[in-house]
Order: sequence, then structure tokens, then C-alpha cells
Amino acid sequence: MRLPRWFHVLGSPPFVYGLAGKVAPWLGVVTCVLLAVGGYWGLVVAPPDRVQGEVYRVLFIHPQIAYVSVMAYVVMAVAAGIGYVWRIKLAHAVAATAAPIGASFTACALATGSLWGRPTWGTFWQWTDPRIMSETLLLFLFLGYLALRAAFEDRDKADRVSAILAVVGVVDVPIIHYSVIWWNSLHQGPSIMKLDKPSIAPEMLTPFLIMVVAFTTCFFWLLLNGLRGEIVERERDTRWIRQLVEGLRG
Amino acid sequence: MSAFLSMGGDGAYVWSAYGVTLAVLVLNVWWARRRHQSALRRAKASAGDERVSKRPTVRQIQ
Repeated sequence: MRLPRWFHVLGSPPFVYGLAGKVAPWLGVVTCVLLAVGGYWGLVVAPPDRVQGEVYRVLFIHPQIAYVSVMAYVVMAVAAGIGYVWRIKLAHAVAATAAPIGASFTACALATGSLWGRPTWGTFWQWTDPRIMSETLLLFLFLGYLALRAAFEDRDKADRVSAILAVVGVVDVPIIHYSVIWWNSLHQGPSIMKLDKPSIAPEMLTPFLIMVVAFTTCFFWLLLNGLRGEIVERERDTRWIRQLVEGLRG
Repeated sequence: MSAFLSMGGDGAYVWSAYGVTLAVLVLNVWWARRRHQSALRRAKASAGDERVSKRPTVRQIQ
């Protein structure tokens, strides 16, 4: 299959290393500003909820983190799949970078969900809840991917074997999304991502959406930051890295 | 202020959820930075290593 030119440019480690170094700081600034604005709006400005009172304010972080955890998995699986099919090392580097970030977001989604569940459902955890279980499976997919990578001495082999796990694990993504519709769950159904009008008051919807954007830019900021280290590690013995580190002090 | 902190009695839940999230973000930023710098250090160390720079190229092997 013929690939367009930009595909090859984006597969070039020095180019992407430089690009990530230029873009990441801006994403960092945007993320911090949006988190501050959204956090203030959600915690201070938005009115208390009629049913849940004040505890509903976890709404401004928990769904966003959970959504980013799923997005991180999709990014990881697509990158790993591209790396596997076209043998692009940089794509494997993206997948390997996305995995620990995704794992931390997944753990954070489970933790914030627990902290929200205790005062509203009366329990931190429910082993039979489909949403909790499919999200927990996502955590184990991330951890399994990382463990599998760590099991191989040879990086190319680790890339290829872990890519298969990443791609197969994608089946969990629709399960997470539809778990609250297909099965009885303590978890509430979708209130934003549905065909109908969002069932949330406008004064809550604005900070909600600001935080969606904030956590999305946050993920890509972390991804680009991590990717730079991953590229240096992988390209250690190449000429361009040697020229790069020779230009550094110390 | 204390009403804001107590969050209608559920302050412990709300603030620990926000606290955990902030900690995860800060740890991710710190971890990426540390990894990048240690990778650069290792690259610098191996750049000065004679064995690496004298590693034969593919053509020489053939």
C-alpha cells in the first residue's frame, strides 16, 4: 500500500522530537489555564445540584478522566496497530508512551468514581457493576500491556507482541461505553454523549465541557512530553541523538 | 469559606477526588520530565563510549 508523504515525515523521530518540543509547552499552558478556569467554575460558580447537593461537583472531573482513559487506550491501540502493520517504530513509541498515562488515568477514574459512589450510592465499590468492571478491565489491559513489554529484552519483539494485546483489547472500549445501557448498573446513563439534547443544566454544562477540553489537552501534553523521552531512549545510538546530546551542557 | 470546604458535609469525598486527580497529573508531568532527562543522560554517556561509536555498520558486516 502506498502511503502519503506526511505519513513518512511523521514517522521521522528527529522531526517528531522537535515538533513535540515546540508544541508541548503550549499544550501545557492551555491545559493549566483550562483546568484553573474549569475548576473554579465547577467548584465555586456552578450552583449545587437539586438532588445530590454539593457532592455532584465530582462531575467536573470524573467523567472527563474516564473518557480520557478510554481515549488513551484507543490512541495506544491505533498507534500499536499502525506500528505493527507498517513497521513504524515511532508508532510503537507512541503506544508505549500512552500506556502508563492511560493506566494512571484509568486508576484515577476508578478512584474518583469510588469517592463519588460512597456518598451517593452508599458504596465505594460494586463487583457486579458492569461499568466499574469494564473500566477495571481497561486498567488490567494497560497493566498487562506494560507487563508484557517489560517481559521482553528485545524492544522490537516487545513492540510487536504488545501491539497484538493492545489491538485485541479494543473490544473493551464499546463494552465500557454501552455497559450502562446494556446491563443494570448503579452508574447513571449517558447525559452528554447521546443523540438527544444533553440532560444537564447549561450553567453546569459549560464547566463540564471546559474540563473535557482541559483533560484532553492534558493527555496530549503528557503524551508529547513522554514521547520525547521515549524517542531519546530508542534512538540513543543514532547520529542525530549524539549530535543533540553533544550540544547540551554538563 | 468553611461552608465551601465542607461541601454540604461531603467535603472529604469531593476534595479527595480533586486531590487524587491533581496528584495524578503532577506525577505524570514529573515522571515524563525525569524520564526524558535520564534518557538524555544515558545517551550522552553512550555517545562518549568508544565501543558504541566503533560499532560496525551494516555494510561493514556484509
